[in-house]
Amino acid sequence: MNEYLSLSLILFTIGAVGVLVRRNAIVVFMCIELMLNATNLAFVSFSRQHGNLDGQVAAFFVMVVAAAEVVVGLAIIVSIYRTRRSASVDDASLLKS
Amino acid sequence: MTLMLLAATPLIGAVVIAALGSGPAPFNRPKMLSVLFSVATLVIALIALGQYDIAEGGYQLTSTHEWIDVFGAHLAFGVNGIGITMLLLTTILTPLVLVAAGGERLAQPERMSTYLALILSVEGLALAAFSASDAFLFYVLFEATLIPLYFLIGSFGGPNRSYAAVKFLIYNLVGGLLMLAAIVGLYVVSARAGEASYLLTDLQQLDMSTNTERLLFLGFMAAFAIKAPLWPFHTWLPDAAAEATPSTSVMMVSVLDKLGTFGMLVWCLAIFPEAADWAAPVIIALAVVSIIYGALLAIGQEDMRRLIAFTSVSHFGFIIMGIFAFTTTSMSGATLYMFNHGISTAALFLVTGVMIARRGSALIKDFGGVQKIAPIMSGFLLVAGLSSLSLPGLAPFISEFMVLAGTYTRSIPAAAIATLGIVLAAMYILIMYQRTMTGPLSDDARGVTDLVSREKIALAPMVVLIVGLGFFPQPLLNVINPAIDTVASHVGVGDPEPKTPTQIQAPVAEEGGH
Amino acid sequence: MFDLQWLLIAVPLISGLGLLVWGKEADAFGHLIATAASVFSFIFGVVLFADLMGSEATDRSHTANLFTWIDAGRFHVDMSFTFDQLSGLFVLLITGVGTLIHIYSIGYMEHDERRRRFFSFLNIFIAAMLTLVLASDYLVLFLGWEGVGLASYLLIGFWQHKDSAAAAAKKAFVVNRVGDVGMALAIMTMFAQFGTSSIAAVNGAIPGASASVATALGLLLLLGACGKSAQVPLQSWLLDAMEGPTPVSALIHAATMVTAGVYLVVRSAGIYDASEAARTAVIIVGLVTLLAGAWIGCTKDDIKKALAGSTMSQIGYMMLAAGLGPAGYAFAIFHLITHGFFKANMFLGAGSVMHGTNDDVNMRHYGALRAAMPITFVTFGLGYLAIIGFPGTAGFFSKDKIIEAAFGHSFWVGLGTLVGAGVTAFYMTRLMTLTFFGEKRWLDDVHPHESPKVMTYPLIALGALSVLGGALIFGNWIPEWLEPVVGHAEHHELGIPVWAMTLIITAVAACGVAVGVLLYRRDVAAETPADSSVSIFTRAGRNELYGNQINDAVVVRPTMHLTRFLVWLDAKGVDGFVTGMADRLGDTSQFLRKPQTGHVRSYAATLFGGALVVVLALLAVTLA
Repeated sequence: MNEYLSLSLILFTIGAVGVLVRRNAIVVFMCIELMLNATNLAFVSFSRQHGNLDGQVAAFFVMVVAAAEVVVGLAIIVSIYRTRRSASVDDASLLKS
Repeated sequence: MTLMLLAATPLIGAVVIAALGSGPAPFNRPKMLSVLFSVATLVIALIALGQYDIAEGGYQLTSTHEWIDVFGAHLAFGVNGIGITMLLLTTILTPLVLVAAGGERLAQPERMSTYLALILSVEGLALAAFSASDAFLFYVLFEATLIPLYFLIGSFGGPNRSYAAVKFLIYNLVGGLLMLAAIVGLYVVSARAGEASYLLTDLQQLDMSTNTERLLFLGFMAAFAIKAPLWPFHTWLPDAAAEATPSTSVMMVSVLDKLGTFGMLVWCLAIFPEAADWAAPVIIALAVVSIIYGALLAIGQEDMRRLIAFTSVSHFGFIIMGIFAFTTTSMSGATLYMFNHGISTAALFLVTGVMIARRGSALIKDFGGVQKIAPIMSGFLLVAGLSSLSLPGLAPFISEFMVLAGTYTRSIPAAAIATLGIVLAAMYILIMYQRTMTGPLSDDARGVTDLVSREKIALAPMVVLIVGLGFFPQPLLNVINPAIDTVASHVGVGDPEPKTPTQIQAPVAEEGGH
Repeated sequence: MFDLQWLLIAVPLISGLGLLVWGKEADAFGHLIATAASVFSFIFGVVLFADLMGSEATDRSHTANLFTWIDAGRFHVDMSFTFDQLSGLFVLLITGVGTLIHIYSIGYMEHDERRRRFFSFLNIFIAAMLTLVLASDYLVLFLGWEGVGLASYLLIGFWQHKDSAAAAAKKAFVVNRVGDVGMALAIMTMFAQFGTSSIAAVNGAIPGASASVATALGLLLLLGACGKSAQVPLQSWLLDAMEGPTPVSALIHAATMVTAGVYLVVRSAGIYDASEAARTAVIIVGLVTLLAGAWIGCTKDDIKKALAGSTMSQIGYMMLAAGLGPAGYAFAIFHLITHGFFKANMFLGAGSVMHGTNDDVNMRHYGALRAAMPITFVTFGLGYLAIIGFPGTAGFFSKDKIIEAAFGHSFWVGLGTLVGAGVTAFYMTRLMTLTFFGEKRWLDDVHPHESPKVMTYPLIALGALSVLGGALIFGNWIPEWLEPVVGHAEHHELGIPVWAMTLIITAVAACGVAVGVLLYRRDVAAETPADSSVSIFTRAGRNELYGNQINDAVVVRPTMHLTRFLVWLDAKGVDGFVTGMADRLGDTSQFLRKPQTGHVRSYAATLFGGALVVVLALLAVTLA
């Protein structure tokens, strides 16, 4: 049991660090997905441990939301890349200033 | 019913003009339509005056409908002598203002119908507020008047208009917020006492602890003092008056600002008599400061519109001093002053408005010797100015002297200092008149032309009223007196007795106190 | 018939306002309508006065109540008028002299394009002045009081294209307003004290009130009187007021309006009788003004200003007499009436002189005008004889009476009036000699000529009155006539017989005349000597005893400084506080938006940091 949770923790940490240190929007995006899936893993493990389906239901919700988010997010990243020829998140600070 | 119709007529007019102003004939004449609607309102107001039993006094023409049951808010209307005086002021001024407004040159002439519609809606909301007899309704209308005025200043004013409009709005909203808190407090007090109700008649029966009463009083008073405007809450007025068009200034200073003093007299004194008595010394002191301070600042102004705004600060000081001196004479005088100041300031704003439009500048130093080329304009300016400095024989003198004489019986220092204001008044008016109208004709002012008939039509009735009420104020005082007697007896301070009564003494009004 | 006394006021008022509103069409005949209105008031006034003389002595006060002017609470004022012995005399003076001056102005203002307006203002003045004297309530009196102030303002500034005229008009109004503060406070005090401002009721109730009330009322009314009558310390406006057309100076600033202060004091006899202190103040004011005005009159080269100084001085005499109490009230009025005749006469004469010399007012440019303007010379001469108190003329009787009464009061006050009489004789002789005698000092393009008949006939009428006005005292008529209004004049026994007193006064005046003739008979410079070359007394007199400078330093400049300071304070302090609050709010927002860098990763870091803090806090709570 602890192993699953440890794996989840490790995946989440990798994702979090990735979000913080990487510049490329695609990679940041993937790291976010990684974090979401780490949580999904935790949900499913707890579901198993407690013997009810609440965690699995929650995991499904997360997957649906994540899918929708990928659609919107990737579309934004692609259009940013098209206009600015760069996928770096540090360059995208137009709303500031 | 009459009162609801009275308030509804200009509002309907506003909607019609705004919607159809650029539409097909015969509705594409917004100037004529607006005057028509305002004259209809005046007729209804005269009908209301006819229905009002002057001898009986008290609240009449009442109508009450359920509105928001959970708060105890009602659509309740009714006026006493003070209210009907204000209705007359508003309905008399608005047609004249609209006649003058039709002659103004706006930055965007195509928006004339919007402009006139906004002025009409100010009239409608003000009429409703003056005749509301439910505190919640009054509060809503009091705040609602800000909306059309905000747009009038912000859309049609001078170059610095958005600053002035925002300043006006925020100032008044702050006051309104404090009043809202007091309104909520009133609900709590009223609900605890039994069934919640905002009706004036019910609120007058409320028993409040001293501290609650004082706090709620201060909440109401804050809104009214900013509106009126009492020193040191006056700084929005000069900015707003300097940026607004003349017609907007008239609606703002002559009509809407009266909501402040009207609120003090009708709402504060009725609901919180003890607290008003408690605060009176401080308020009288502030009013005296307003009188002198406003007059001194008026002397120092270079812009005519700011000058008039500061004279109004001074005059509102007189009105507020009269109200809080709590003698029947001073309070009657203050009510009459509200009417007279409305007319006299309207005349001043309109005639200087014409001067400014012709010359393209509001600075006093840009004029000089205009009397030579525009004698009628200078005549109107002189009469309006003399009424502002309270020359005996013109209407404001009566009211100012009543305020002073009434206050004198209560507080000699306050009256004596305030009397110095009459010297300062002579200075600010005559210095302005001297620099703009007399002396050699200044080259820059050569293009100024005299009044055209539209402007004369707008101004002449005001001059007639100013002179007429200077000699025959009694018809109006007969309407005001019974209401003031009621207010005075409710406050319960009573008039000081003359120290050495004479045989031939005035018939004594009914004794205050309860 | 006395119920119709309001017509005295209404006719000129309607005519005046009507001419203003009528417009240009009335230019051709406006002056005739205005003059007719004034004539009507005069004739009606004469009819009423004759009626009054014909009635019983106890039945000579008629009050007509027109309507209730103000009634609110305890405040009750009737628009009511009283025609009695005192106001009747004034009605005759005002409408009589007023009518003559209307007629004179037809000629004097003939070439002024705004003549209609001038006559309309004159009519308004007559109406306001009649309101002032007929009023039976102090507040109605105040209405007339400010009404004449307005007319005076309009007429001083009549030639308003001149900066100096406009400034003088404003000054007159503002200085008068200072006096009006006193009037207004006096009426408020009456209202608070007696519950009424009716003149009869207040003066009747004074004995029931404390002495301090009478003193306060007396001093406040005196302040008002000082403003209107140009008495020290509110004298400074009168000399500037000479900017107005000369008929205005004659009517308003010599014969009628400026004497309103004296009328007020006499009308309030009840108040002044009850307060020794207030009477003393009146005497001091009168005496100081008497001497100050004479001083100024000695030094001015401007003929109108010299006459204005003389007016101040003569009103000082009246004021002083009024301050003597019942002993002097009647003589104050007597001198007021005779002064109205001879001073109006001399002002109109001066106007006639100016008319003939291209509106030059500098006496040093006159000289030897008696041949060129014989009628003006003779009539002016009659006025001159009257003012210096030449035996038999009006001024001889009226001034002697005041000096005698002053000696009856106290030796020093009497001495002051005696000195004043000598100085009066001196400066009037100076004026007379400079203008009509000596050698010609005319400017080059000046060709003096006599004025048209429409101007000289009023001069002749006034000249005659200057001589015959003294008849009012025959048989002690005027004190007896006024006794019901102002009380009985008890007679003071002087240490010396009356004829000796008269002799002394005449001798003093003769000395003044002699000095004047000796100094100004010949060798007069045609230009005014520079200030640096004249004695300190002359310099002070020319500068009107530095009254303007004192006003400037004590009142005007401090007020202006205060105004500028307040304008600054309002912008920076009061408004600064409000806008400052708005600015601080903005600063706070600026500070708070700094962390919003716009970088996704920094937001993410904050997010994680926040999450971490929340988790740690939760842990801490659960574990604790």
